[in-house]
Amino acid sequence: MNNKIVVSLFAVVFGLLAGAILMLVTGHNPITGYSYLLEGGLKNPERIGNTLATATPLIFSGLSVAFAFRTGLFNIGVAGQLLFGGFCASAVGLSLDLPKALLLTLMLLAGFVGGALWAVVPGFLKAKFNVHEVVSSIMMNWIAYWTIYYAVPAYLKGEFLETESKALPDTASLKVSFLTEMFDGSYINLGLFVAVLATIIISFIINKTTFGYELKAVGHNRHAAEYSGIAVNRSIILSMAISGGIAGIGGVALYAGNASNIQIGILPSQGFDGIAVALLGANAPVGVLLSALFFGLLYSGRGFMNAMTDIPPEIADSIIAIIIYFAATSILIERLVRWLIRRKANAKSSAEHEGKVK
Amino acid sequence: MDYVVEMLNIRKEFTGIVANDDITLCLKRGEIHALLGENGAGKSTLMSILFGMYQADRGAIKVNGKEVRITNPNVANELGIGMVHQHFKLVEDFTVTENIIMGIEPRKWFGLGIDIKKASKKISELSERYGLNVDPHAKVEDISVGMQQRVEILKTLYRNADVLILDEPTAVLTPQEIEELGRIMKNLIAEGKSIIIITHKLKEIKAFADRCTVIRRGKTIGTVDVAPTSEADMAEMMVGRRVSFKVDKIPSVPGEVVLKVESLSVKNAKKVLGLKNFSLEVRAGEIVGIAGVEGNGQSDLIEAVTGLRKAESGSVFLNGQEITNKSIRERIEAGIGHIPEDRQKRGLVLDYTLAENIVLEVYHREPYSRKGILKDAKIKQYANQIIESYDVRSGEGAASLARSLSGGNQQKAIIGREIERDPILLIAVQPTRGLDVGSIEYIHKRLIGHRDNGKAVLLVSLELQEVMNISDRIAVVNQGELIGLVQASETSENEIGLMMAGVKREEGA
Repeated sequence: MNNKIVVSLFAVVFGLLAGAILMLVTGHNPITGYSYLLEGGLKNPERIGNTLATATPLIFSGLSVAFAFRTGLFNIGVAGQLLFGGFCASAVGLSLDLPKALLLTLMLLAGFVGGALWAVVPGFLKAKFNVHEVVSSIMMNWIAYWTIYYAVPAYLKGEFLETESKALPDTASLKVSFLTEMFDGSYINLGLFVAVLATIIISFIINKTTFGYELKAVGHNRHAAEYSGIAVNRSIILSMAISGGIAGIGGVALYAGNASNIQIGILPSQGFDGIAVALLGANAPVGVLLSALFFGLLYSGRGFMNAMTDIPPEIADSIIAIIIYFAATSILIERLVRWLIRRKANAKSSAEHEGKVK
Repeated sequence: MDYVVEMLNIRKEFTGIVANDDITLCLKRGEIHALLGENGAGKSTLMSILFGMYQADRGAIKVNGKEVRITNPNVANELGIGMVHQHFKLVEDFTVTENIIMGIEPRKWFGLGIDIKKASKKISELSERYGLNVDPHAKVEDISVGMQQRVEILKTLYRNADVLILDEPTAVLTPQEIEELGRIMKNLIAEGKSIIIITHKLKEIKAFADRCTVIRRGKTIGTVDVAPTSEADMAEMMVGRRVSFKVDKIPSVPGEVVLKVESLSVKNAKKVLGLKNFSLEVRAGEIVGIAGVEGNGQSDLIEAVTGLRKAESGSVFLNGQEITNKSIRERIEAGIGHIPEDRQKRGLVLDYTLAENIVLEVYHREPYSRKGILKDAKIKQYANQIIESYDVRSGEGAASLARSLSGGNQQKAIIGREIERDPILLIAVQPTRGLDVGSIEYIHKRLIGHRDNGKAVLLVSLELQEVMNISDRIAVVNQGELIGLVQASETSENEIGLMMAGVKREEGA
């Protein structure tokens, strides 16, 4: 585990260094660049709030990918699950008139169910017919995309635009006045707390429960899991359902927290960023939380950097890409670390050796 | 002395474990040199160092008298060292030729095409010269395991290897194929090659090898000439104490019928009946051995009894209760223990720790979990108990990944896990495959001990010797049918051999 933390930290450091080199090569000062990037994300309460809010859907999508991955599944359909979960929640929020606490609970539930439903299909296909979940969940992404494309104008049409859903009323929004005021009008919302809660719950399920033990056993070796009496097919379907459910709640945070309506024709990029977040977070829930916050910082700081300097915002994207690259090729970093350790040990032992000789 | 390879004072340490500690092995030109040691003694590590997969921490390697640094397998190839791994490294849907030339393909059309013809001609020549009898155009998935091994040997010869390392080459072979391998090795020696063979089968060392280096717990015990040394002496060097080859056991006292299989038919993986109308009883306090050539319905029987495969017809009773259609977990709860044939596929979750693997079938029970929450301390305590009493050696004890254990220690962990659950029916499939004599002796004792505790044991083994030594009764299968049932004390290897070939015993003869 420690090893993985080191790898992730190295990946971040290398990514930032590479970003600095890119800035230098394009004739900019990396120190000013980075200081504006940081300021953009953290300068004042409002910016901090926005950074946290940007990170929130990423926490969910990262958790979703990481949970599936720990149980041997590659859920690449998080985008579709976010979208459909968000859509279900919006439908509930727009059609029911209930007190805020109750309505939000129902919306989160609807989001979970929507996302889970979207992920159960690939899970079922995998369990029953051994269809690879990468293929089927990508297909589900596009089914979600076109379903929303049709359903939003047909049932939840906005007041002014055909291409978006009606704005959610205040009672159906995760934004609450005390948070908005505390962060000087930022769009931070309750989604963040749900995300932290989800992190804790997922971490607990994976590490401490017999349920998590079963899911991981199936993920590592379904033959051995079957041998030991674990219901393998049920585990695969449940894993996908939970992974999709987490993504679905992320959809609620995205469309009923950060935003207040759904735009059609957009597959949320947060879904795919989840893969990167999970990778950098070494598929550990707490790691996912931290890496999502870091990505949130980069995303929300890059606009400010662009406004204050000539550095193109694509530099921030490049940094993210390079970090992902290093996290994905963790074996290289592990080798580097091992080499450093060995060199140190050798130096020490030969020093000792010489000491003895004398 | 003319040595091809000298490995001098090799030391290699992994986290928490010294795999090789000051090991020396010298290979003479033109000899077959056996490397003998228990599971986890450090044989594979030593050979991996010679083949460049690991770097030694200390010590030197000389090839043809010159000190060399073998930093990776390519360097080893260039030095004329070739290795045939225990688990073959072949692409199943490539032809023999394609597999052999992979990485060093002869080119044509200015490097755009591969000159398969030239390659297969060379392979044919090599195959003929060494009596390997390999068809260069056959697809690997279509040829027998024995031939796949010969393809691996050809691969090293094609790369002009002078020194061949064979890692447990006989583990996967039938007796006939083993004989053939012996012949091939003699041919190779006659052509000036030198061979290191890793093994723990003493009989084969006696049959094939000229000299033998014995290592124990990472240290060299000595190198001996094979001819004047007895099997018992080599076993003692390897294990560190006298090993009894004879299994001591008191006569069995069979009690109630524990397992009753009634006209069971099972379809195998190819969707044809692998087991036909099979009936068998196993009583408490006895060991019933199943003898037969591999693939004659043994796996289908076991999978149908344990619930891994559905029965087509017939029924299975455990203690009088029908379990034919029960789930796997229900059968485990009802008292079936199963030491599976393939420890890495079925027996272990390789990426789980030893502790997690020890509770693979009981994690959901108290005290290992309560209300769905795992109790790590209890799990660890239980694992340590099994690790201790079954002598499972690993780098980091209960926290070691199962993957990091040697094959023999993986097997001991599985056997400990199954026997400690104290099942009323213990099914042991090939329980000692690939293990050294010390471990085999120990495992046999535990199986007999389980029987003496009044439990039923069903043993499946391809080693006739093992079936005959351990079992009280022997059921012989051929093509999915029960050919006959004999008392182990009243039969001979010859009789069972004939039955295995499908010759039914004359009643009353």
